[in-house]
Amino acid sequence: MMARKLLDGDSGGASPPAEPVIVDRCDLDCLLQVLQDAGYRTIGPTILEGAIVYDEVRSTSDLPVGWTDAQDAGSYRLVQRGDEALFGYAVGPHSWKKYLFPPLLTLWKAKRDGKAIEMVAEEPVVDKLALIGVRACELHAMRIQDRIFLGGGYADPTYARQREQLFIVALNCGTPGGTCFCASMGTGPRLDGGYDLALTEVMSDGHHYFVVSAGSGAGADALAQVPHRPALREEVAAAEDVVTAARSQMGRELETEGIKQLLYGSYEHPRWDDVAARCLSCTNCTMVCPTCFCSSVDDVNDLSGDEALRVRRWDSCFNVDFSYIHGGSVRSSPKSRYRQWMTHKLATWIDQFGTSGCVGCGRCITWCPVGIDITEEMKAIRRTQTVESSEVKEH
Amino acid sequence: MSTVFMPEPDQLAAVRTARWDQPMLPEPWIVRSFRRETYDTFTLVLEPAGPRDPFLFAPGQFNMLYVFGVGEAPISICGDPATPELLVHTVRSVGPVTAAMARLRPGDMMGLRGPFGSSWPVEAARGRDVIIVAGGIGLPPLRPALYHVLAHREEYARISLLYGARTPLDILYPHEVERWRGRFDLDVQVTVDAADAAWRGNVGLVTTLISKAQFDPLDTTVMIVGPEIMMRFTVLDLVNRGVQESDIYISMERNMKCAIGFCGHCQFGPSFICNDGPVFSYDRLAPLLQKREV
Amino acid sequence: METLERVIERHPFLQGLSHRYLLLLLGCASQARFNPGEFVFHMGENADNFYLIRHGKVALELYTAERGPLTIETLGDNEAVGWSWLVPPYRWNLDARAIQPTLTLSFDAACLRRKCEEDHDLGYEMYKRFTPVIAQRLQATRVQVLDVHRVHA
Repeated sequence: MMARKLLDGDSGGASPPAEPVIVDRCDLDCLLQVLQDAGYRTIGPTILEGAIVYDEVRSTSDLPVGWTDAQDAGSYRLVQRGDEALFGYAVGPHSWKKYLFPPLLTLWKAKRDGKAIEMVAEEPVVDKLALIGVRACELHAMRIQDRIFLGGGYADPTYARQREQLFIVALNCGTPGGTCFCASMGTGPRLDGGYDLALTEVMSDGHHYFVVSAGSGAGADALAQVPHRPALREEVAAAEDVVTAARSQMGRELETEGIKQLLYGSYEHPRWDDVAARCLSCTNCTMVCPTCFCSSVDDVNDLSGDEALRVRRWDSCFNVDFSYIHGGSVRSSPKSRYRQWMTHKLATWIDQFGTSGCVGCGRCITWCPVGIDITEEMKAIRRTQTVESSEVKEH
Repeated sequence: MSTVFMPEPDQLAAVRTARWDQPMLPEPWIVRSFRRETYDTFTLVLEPAGPRDPFLFAPGQFNMLYVFGVGEAPISICGDPATPELLVHTVRSVGPVTAAMARLRPGDMMGLRGPFGSSWPVEAARGRDVIIVAGGIGLPPLRPALYHVLAHREEYARISLLYGARTPLDILYPHEVERWRGRFDLDVQVTVDAADAAWRGNVGLVTTLISKAQFDPLDTTVMIVGPEIMMRFTVLDLVNRGVQESDIYISMERNMKCAIGFCGHCQFGPSFICNDGPVFSYDRLAPLLQKREV
Repeated sequence: METLERVIERHPFLQGLSHRYLLLLLGCASQARFNPGEFVFHMGENADNFYLIRHGKVALELYTAERGPLTIETLGDNEAVGWSWLVPPYRWNLDARAIQPTLTLSFDAACLRRKCEEDHDLGYEMYKRFTPVIAQRLQATRVQVLDVHRVHA
């Protein structure tokens, strides 16, 4: 039902009006107000400790106005743009998964009374969240996580509940970053559904406005309460130009042709030794990645010993005891763990969930302390394909 | 359904866990009996704490058993699928959770989630010879399959049980094994890895028993559970005798935190051991099993 | 009554040997019966014979003072007991003891070694049959040494 609709890319509501409209920059605060009045916490990009992160934003003055991000392997700097763009940057270290798939979550409580044990699930506490400035790559990442947490035989109750309570204000990318490669992965820069409202920020000839289309009934309803006017043909064209330009400004590229067979045939490739010499197993990449979903559980007792909590937390395949079975860890070498992460992200994910696990957002490249670049590693493997001792079957 | 995989129909769980919407929440079950099998292995029989629908499971599936305040461990169900009112689990003490289970006694309460995982190909094996090869603690997860084929004896050709334990003291269910040996429609061979002179049975790897079994290599289904090295050598021996890798099934083990395909820990290449396994046909896994640290 | 010749002809271990070689083997062959508990050979003795089990069970044992006799492997119907007769210094390195009433074909090792020297093709046939036995024992021993059932904490 709900799970099915989300997988089909529709965020619910009646069918939306097709025509794009113009919302002037000065009226964008009105949109935020409309959403807040409807009970949504508005979450958007804001600057904290030298990075653009996601947090509660009350008005457009909380947005990183006039800032952009200079990103490269292992490097992130905020730089002044010299204009007043509200969304003139790519993506920061946060992804939206921290709201749908919280880093720490109590799943249930167990109480002991003599020999009897009672286990009670924690009711998901979710807020109505309006996400502001969601990129195409991020929407694809959400769809990818939908498949994991809703699309299999089981559903994650917190994820399901929170997903229902989202209002998505998406943004067509105008300023891709130095590590972006969504164009290679087919996940952007243009939006393709899954949002309530889609914005494209246009600044030309001294005018600063947003071309906005509704993607759902809820989006249309919100838009109706914000001052707007029909879009002129040249304004729509200007928005098109923004996206077209963005497409050609990707900082990285990744060839995806035959990538699954290639990686399935590269388990013994010497490149893994090369990257293992650099990788610190620090788990940064898995934390910033918008699709990484691994978790672990802890059983936490109180001092009386009569109450125990089952708590879920983010985990990473780079942790050495991630693969521990009695006797030792299956992947005890950093080389095997890097190989696991990259092969999963780009190859086995396809057999598991029907798409690549990578959306080309470049976060893993930017936030790797030693600057390991997944696109470089892939190029190196592709350049020198080897013949393996045994051929891994694809499914 | 957006997942690309679909396990074979008879490998899919007969019934999914009742709480698909709260799949991480255990149900309370009570320890009905505790029996020590060997110095590090014991059997727990569990009954539901309250009225519930019959707990149906397919041979080869496992439950996640929870000990209050300690944690969960995946344990194969090793009882008769025809009598699921009591769920039988033979457990080996290898870590904090299983050590805590060893201290449970009748009347204690546990948490249980399940059944999970794929199952033995008892349907696909109909009409064929069947060989069940168990190494050590591998016998419990195979026992439900043996119960099933014996309960439907006329549907199968020749059935052999080949069981290798570490020493005579490590033989599990010895009285039951003796009863099985007494049947005329079942061939049972037992061996141990090492023994003193008091043992008059076979000594040697379980692979040495294969030559004693009666089977048509081209019309046999084999099910194997044991330490990974033992499984690998057993498969090698069978393949050298003409059995197809696609007719050989093994049960895999990996670190599990959720058993529902969410936590990512149990992945082996593209397979989630909890969902796509733990039972696999060998041809599906063979190339990855030959690579290290996958 | 079955002749020794027919028995040798039919033994699975000697499958495929030409009639001429079977007759050569016959010249070195006899039957030997062992009761339960009787030693077939002792560690350290000269490997004067090798045995093909017709039926029964023989345990290969290693004796140590601290642990007494330990059974390394048991051999059953149609299996070969002993390959040390082919490898210098031609001395047994394990005890072999029957643990069931066991009937064997017994071959004079010195006699057979001499015939293999004279006719290398016969030697080749013998090595072809024994090398897999040695390999299989080696393989099994390696895995047994790993003690795969033990939990490595």
